Amino acid sequence: MTVFIIRRMLQALLVVFLMSVIVFFGVNIVGDPVYMLVSPDADQADIEAAIARLGLDRPIWEQYWLFLKGAAQGDLGNSFIFGEPALKLILHHMPATMELAFSALILAIVIGIPLGLYAGLYPDSRISKGIMAASIFGFSLPTFWVGLMLIMLFAVELRWVPATGRGDLGSFLGFQSSLFTLDGLSHLFLPALNLALLKISLAIRLTRAGVREAMGQDYVKYARAKGLSTRRIILVHVMKNIMIPVVTVMGLEFGSLIGFSVVTETIFAWPGMGKLLIDAILQLDRPVVVAYLMIIVLFFVLINLIVDILYSILDPRVRLQDQGA
Amino acid sequence: MSAVLEVSGLKTHFFTHAGVVKAVDGVDFTVSKGEVMGLVGESGSGKSITGFSILGLIDQPGRIVEGSIKFNGDEIANAPEKKLKTLRGNRISMIFQDPMMTLNPVLRVDTQMIEAILAHEKVSKQTAWERSRDALGLVGIPSPEERLQAYPHQLSGGMRQRVAIATAFLNKPDLIIADEPTTALDVTIQAQIIHEAQKLTKQTGTAMIWITHDLAVVAGLAERISVMYAGRIVEQGGIDDVIDRPLHPYTVGLLGSVPTANRRGKRLFQIEGMTPNMLALPKGCAFGPRCHARSEACNQQPPVENIDRRSLRCFNPQPAAKVVK
Amino acid sequence: MSDVTSDTALAAAKSAKVETPFQRFRAEFFESKIATVALGVFLIIVLLAILAPWITPQNPYDLAQVSVMDGRLPPGSEAFDGYTMWLGSDGSGRDLYSAILYGLRISLTVGLASGVIALLIGMAIGLIAAYAGGRIEAFIMRIVDLQLSFPASLVALMMVAALGKGVDKIILALVIAQWAYYARTVRATALVERGKEYVEAAQCLGISRSRVVFRHILPNCMAPLIVVGTVQTASAISLEATLSFLGVGLPQTEPSIGVLIANGFEYMLSGRYWISVFPGVALLLTVVSINLVGDHLRDVLNPRLRK
Repeated sequence: MTVFIIRRMLQALLVVFLMSVIVFFGVNIVGDPVYMLVSPDADQADIEAAIARLGLDRPIWEQYWLFLKGAAQGDLGNSFIFGEPALKLILHHMPATMELAFSALILAIVIGIPLGLYAGLYPDSRISKGIMAASIFGFSLPTFWVGLMLIMLFAVELRWVPATGRGDLGSFLGFQSSLFTLDGLSHLFLPALNLALLKISLAIRLTRAGVREAMGQDYVKYARAKGLSTRRIILVHVMKNIMIPVVTVMGLEFGSLIGFSVVTETIFAWPGMGKLLIDAILQLDRPVVVAYLMIIVLFFVLINLIVDILYSILDPRVRLQDQGA
Repeated sequence: MSAVLEVSGLKTHFFTHAGVVKAVDGVDFTVSKGEVMGLVGESGSGKSITGFSILGLIDQPGRIVEGSIKFNGDEIANAPEKKLKTLRGNRISMIFQDPMMTLNPVLRVDTQMIEAILAHEKVSKQTAWERSRDALGLVGIPSPEERLQAYPHQLSGGMRQRVAIATAFLNKPDLIIADEPTTALDVTIQAQIIHEAQKLTKQTGTAMIWITHDLAVVAGLAERISVMYAGRIVEQGGIDDVIDRPLHPYTVGLLGSVPTANRRGKRLFQIEGMTPNMLALPKGCAFGPRCHARSEACNQQPPVENIDRRSLRCFNPQPAAKVVK
Repeated sequence: MSDVTSDTALAAAKSAKVETPFQRFRAEFFESKIATVALGVFLIIVLLAILAPWITPQNPYDLAQVSVMDGRLPPGSEAFDGYTMWLGSDGSGRDLYSAILYGLRISLTVGLASGVIALLIGMAIGLIAAYAGGRIEAFIMRIVDLQLSFPASLVALMMVAALGKGVDKIILALVIAQWAYYARTVRATALVERGKEYVEAAQCLGISRSRVVFRHILPNCMAPLIVVGTVQTASAISLEATLSFLGVGLPQTEPSIGVLIANGFEYMLSGRYWISVFPGVALLLTVVSINLVGDHLRDVLNPRLRK
């Protein structure tokens, strides 16, 4: 077990290192930020001063070495635009993104699993066909387009909730979040729903597929042959079998929610790190882009690591193999 | 002896989009109290479907279209689900072929045994647990307390099937339907399982239908035997009569193809041709095209006749056929 | 095992009808009305995009044909040049109907091109892994797994952040984001095929690896590749639109559907819905129709789900 964890961790480190190479060299080959930052009528001396200040006159491998050295100390460089440390900027925007992604995940589980269960149990009913058609739409519709429609419908036409921005923050147990105020929730609702839509579809499909497969298994027929109530068969025999994979996959999706929040945040002007990234890309603010991408890579690698380890602990069959029984 | 189960004219058909599959097409038999009946046939002959029909566990697109199933004199064919539920696992139990597939992999053995009791009786969990433990002891499982806490995958195949048998006897049913319960097991384990089952039926007076494709298994276990072919029982009678003096050419063929020790070096008999296509059964006797004794008359469906202490569906019985033993 | 009886009976029934696999596939595909309609819609969209220069009243990117005076006209207005703008016009006076058809050309080109290239590359890598076996295979699959642990949208976003704007760069980004799905599909088939006894038997008989790869694995992975290909192409189109909408995909000079929607976004809050909504509907029809076809293909081609 310990060997397994250590090996996984080394692999994770290697991945982070490789990604840092790809990201850094990729980002630094594009465009020239100097021309954006220096006023058009600046003379050559001004430009050179700026280049020297930003460290852009050194060879790129040296820039990378400095970046790596800094990264090891938690310094990912300063934003060209804001002049602040990039890492600090991103960490400052992170809670808003986390709040959004977390709310979306909860929405997806709470809405998706019951719908998927229904569609799996009664595959031929009209409601199930409706649910499945909706889930295909949920998969197919680009998030940004749904976001636009949500704004148009709920904010512009119906005026139920505000269109953009993050609402008031409330404090609870030392956490600052818009989950704790009414105004915050009303601002959160649309973006969270928008972000959740794809995952709701995923939860529906996973649950339905799991239920349908489980219902065809002999253990369900056997449970019926034992005269168990339908309720017990579904809630205990079927659900217990499908919850492990469904919850694992949904947990894994948390990372992708953070990735997707880039789109949602841009549309709803949600002040999270996704919006920060898009702004940074458009303004060629390389250090922020690199820092964001490094944080995301780290995040994903961590999630995968945790899921791998959890999975080997949770699943009784995997556990058994490990004991060599 | 009073009849526990009387099946007459049972027809279970499957309405697929390729056509109607007459999996069971006019089956009659009776099982008396404490009697073991062997139901023998190739795969696809409808023997398992017969078993599931008795329990009312036929899934779409199949259903019982005709016939009567009387359990203790009470009609249960197409009975309401509520009524069937009180019988399943309580008065009529079932044992399946592959215990790996029938025991729910994510539930412990105790959960799966206790629920079988609690579904039919209002007793305390403690009582149910004690009964489960005693039942495991009866089928020859050492240290049953420990086994109760195990997950199915922690037990060997034979052990799992013992658990299934113990579960089947938990509520002291009047009838047990065992669907190829030893097919997935090693020969030595197979013998032990048959021995346990035989012992328990003797002790409890439970009647049993033992479904198998293996004549050798039934020969030592059953008192009566029904041979099924393409949805019909072609020969039915006392075990000694049928095995020693088979009349139907199919039974003759089946017996001839069993390898035995005192036939070493001799050529095994082989039934020519293939199992029939259930969607396009030949006109008349379904065995006709493979039968060496077929005649003009076989283009008609042979009726059930009672000759030589058995019922038979054949125009050309083979009384002289010498089965080499 | 419980349904062995009916299964074997059904299998026997299936084989009774003599028809080629393709005929059966065709029959089963057109059995679904939804999929048939979706296929029709998709073909119409492709046709409209191809014929765009001949069936639109203006070339929206020929400045001589566009008049700023026509800007932001609601659907059904008459243009300065006399024709009717059934879908209205955008902020710089382009007829939306024309702009959408021209936009579809770009979106479809990017989607299909990246889909085909990713399929070829992914398939080649998957086959190389299957052919080489051993360490090379393990190494390739490690990379595939690694890449698949990141969502495609994120990989594409990282790539455009690194590569910049432009049709070629977007296609490259989408290929990099999607090749691994195809490689995984080939590999899954290879595993299944290799596990089959006939392949083991073939190897015992000394039949060459390349024969196993090309005669057994390749033909058997075609069906799943087609399914993955449809779904991935739809997602490529949608991904390109997303990136372009965010302003990090295609530039204004290559106005795909995503760019059109982004241009309309600023007018949306003032009630001029059509500038974003109509291109959006076009995108939606395209993506949904491909996905519906893909979804049904999966059902038809997957023997496990076949009744």
